[in-house]
Amino acid sequence: MADRPMIEIANVSKFYGIYKALDDVSLTIGEGEFFSLLGPSGCGKTTLLRSIAGFETPTAGEIFIDGVPSLALPPNRRPTNMVFQNYAIFPHLDVAENVAYGLKRLRLSAQDERKRVGDALDQVRLTGLGQRKAHELSGGQRQRVALARALVMRPKVLLLDEPLSALDKKLREEMQVELRTLQKAVGITFILVTHDQYEALALSDRIAVMFGGRIAQIASPKEIYQRPRTRKVADFLGGMNFLKAKVLGEQGNAVSVDAARFGAVSLDKPQGFAATNGHVTVGIRPERLRLLWDDDRAPHELAGRIENRAYFGEVTHLTVGVDGLEQPLSMVETNNFGADDLPVGAEIRLAYDPEAFVLLAEDPPVTRV
Amino acid sequence: MTAAAFGALADTPSSGRRRAWMRSEEARGLALISPTFLYALALLFLPVLIVIAYSFWTQDYLDIDRTFTLENYRQALTEPIYRDLFIRSLWISLTVSIVTVVFSYPIAWFISFHGGVHKNLWLFLVTVPCWTSYLLRVMSWKVILGYGGVMNTGLISMGLIDKPLTSLLYNSNAVVITLVHSWAAFAILPIYVSLQKIDRTLIEAARDLGDSRFKAFLRITLPLSLPGIISAFLIVMIPTVGDYVTPRLVGGKDGVMIATAIQAQFGKGANWPLGAALSVTTMVLVSLTAAAVVLALKFTVRRIR
Repeated sequence: MADRPMIEIANVSKFYGIYKALDDVSLTIGEGEFFSLLGPSGCGKTTLLRSIAGFETPTAGEIFIDGVPSLALPPNRRPTNMVFQNYAIFPHLDVAENVAYGLKRLRLSAQDERKRVGDALDQVRLTGLGQRKAHELSGGQRQRVALARALVMRPKVLLLDEPLSALDKKLREEMQVELRTLQKAVGITFILVTHDQYEALALSDRIAVMFGGRIAQIASPKEIYQRPRTRKVADFLGGMNFLKAKVLGEQGNAVSVDAARFGAVSLDKPQGFAATNGHVTVGIRPERLRLLWDDDRAPHELAGRIENRAYFGEVTHLTVGVDGLEQPLSMVETNNFGADDLPVGAEIRLAYDPEAFVLLAEDPPVTRV
Repeated sequence: MTAAAFGALADTPSSGRRRAWMRSEEARGLALISPTFLYALALLFLPVLIVIAYSFWTQDYLDIDRTFTLENYRQALTEPIYRDLFIRSLWISLTVSIVTVVFSYPIAWFISFHGGVHKNLWLFLVTVPCWTSYLLRVMSWKVILGYGGVMNTGLISMGLIDKPLTSLLYNSNAVVITLVHSWAAFAILPIYVSLQKIDRTLIEAARDLGDSRFKAFLRITLPLSLPGIISAFLIVMIPTVGDYVTPRLVGGKDGVMIATAIQAQFGKGANWPLGAALSVTTMVLVSLTAAAVVLALKFTVRRIR
C-alpha cells in the first residue's frame, strides 16, 4: 500500500432504474499500487472501472483521481487510460498508428513521436511489428498493442478490463507474469478487473472482492485467501470446507468454538462477527487437510473414508466422508505419494492444524431487485 | 431435372471425374447462381453488347449500315449540345450524390447511435416515401415548388416575399432537390449498415486516448463508415446521371439531361447509332467520375489522422 492515494472512491452508487449496479462503494487506491477488483459477473466491478475511466456517470458519490474530483470530467480529460476487454484495436490503422493515436494531440515532432512509439512497443515486446495491421495480429499481440497504446500516454492510472480473459491458459499465465513485471517497471497504479481469482491473487498488491454492487472485503492476496471475512468471499477465492460450529466462549478478540469432530478451536474474531443462536460458520481450505500414510502420526487426526476421487494431473481432489460431519470434506493431495491410486471406499486418516480454521461472518443480505 | 442431366452425363468416358466435379462446392455454387446469371446475361449483358455494336454503325434512312465507323463518337464528343448535356448531367448527378450523402449521413448516424430500441421503426419510416410511385413523388415536388405551390404560398404568408418565386421550378435546382429526396433512402441504408458494424468500444478507446467527441467521430467513425459512404455515393450517382423522368417533369429547359437526348435519338431523331454512342459515352464518363470520386474520398479520409 503506497503512501499517497491516487484514486479515492467516495460513496459511489450507480442505479440503472431500480437496479443497483454500485451500492455505496468507497475505497482508496495508492500510487503505484496493483489493485484488483474481483467478483462474479454482474457484481459491479466493470461499472466501477468504467466510472473511473469516465464512461459511466455514477448516480451518487465522487471519484478523486490524484486529488482532483473527476466525475464532471469527460474520459479524454482524465489522467487514466484503459485496456479494453476486446482490446479495441483500431482496424483501419497499423500497430504504430494505433500506439501513436493518443500522441497526435500532443503535437510532438515526428522524431519524438516515433521514439515514444518505439519505446512503448519495446516495452511490450512488439519491437519491429509497427507496420502490421490489426487483423494480422494474434490475440496476445493485440493485447500488447492495447497495453502499449495506453502506456505510451504515460497515464497516472492504467485501467485493465479483464485483459487476459480472451487468451488461452498458457498465454494467460505468461501475460500475468509480464503484466506484473511491467507494472513494477513503469511504477504507475494499475487497476485490474477480473473474475479469475488466481489472476487476482497472482498479480495484485491488494484485492477488493465485490458482490452485488458492494465491496465484501479489501485485503492483500494472502490475507484475503487465508482470512476471508465472509462465507461468500471464502467460497469465491477457492475451495473451502464449511462447518457449523457451536460458540463455547468469547475472550477479547478470540472466540472458541466446538467444530464438531475437529474439537474445540480458538479463532480470531472477524469484523462484523455475530453468532446466530450460538452457532457460527467456520471454514478450512482443502489443502490444509493432509493425508496420513501408514505410520504417520499427527497431533490432530481424524478418520474417514474416500467417497470420491478426481485426478487433476499434479494433484488429486478427494472427497472424504467423516462420521459425525454433515458434509463430506474435500481435500487436495499432491500425487507424489500415490494419492491418485487410493480406491474409492478406502479408509484413511487425515491430519489438520486447528490454526488453519477461519471464522466466517454472515454475508449481508442481497437487497438488489 | 438436374438429377436427370447428371444421369445422362454419367455414361460419358470421363464420367468419374465429371461426377466428382458435379458434387463439388464450385458446381453447387454455379448451379445456385445460374438462374440469376442467365437472366443477367440475356437481359443486361447482351443488350449492352448490342448497344455497343450499334454505336459503331450508321443509320442509313430506314436501314442500318453495318460498316465500322467512329463518326457517332466524333459527334457525341464534339457537338456543343451533347458536350453541354454531358457536363450538366455529370454536374447534376455529382451535386445530387454529394448533397444526398451529406443529408443522409446524420440521419443514418442518428438511427445507428441514438435509435435505441426503435432502430427498426426509424428505418421503416425512412422507406415510407418509397411506397408511392416514383412518378408521384416527382409530381408532388411540382406541387411543392410550383408557382402557386406550397413553398411560394408559405413564403408569401410569412411575409418573406411579396410575389411567387419563379426560380424554384423548371431548372436544374429543382432537379437536384427532387432527386435528393428520391434517393435519400438508398443512401441512408448503406451508411446505416456501415455505422452499425462499428464496434462502439473503438469510439470509447479514442475518447480514452484523449479525443473529444467530434475528434473521435472524425478519426474513427468517419473512416470506418467510408465503405458505406462510397456505396451510398455510387448507388445515387450512377442512376441519376441517366435519369429521364425527373428532368422531364421538373427540369424545364435548363434541367435537360443527357437521357433526354438519348431518348430523342432512339425516338423522334431515329438515329439509333448516335443514341447508342451517347449511351456508351455516358457509361464510360460515369465510371470514370465514380472512380475519381471514390479515390478522392479514400485519399481525403486517409489524410485524417
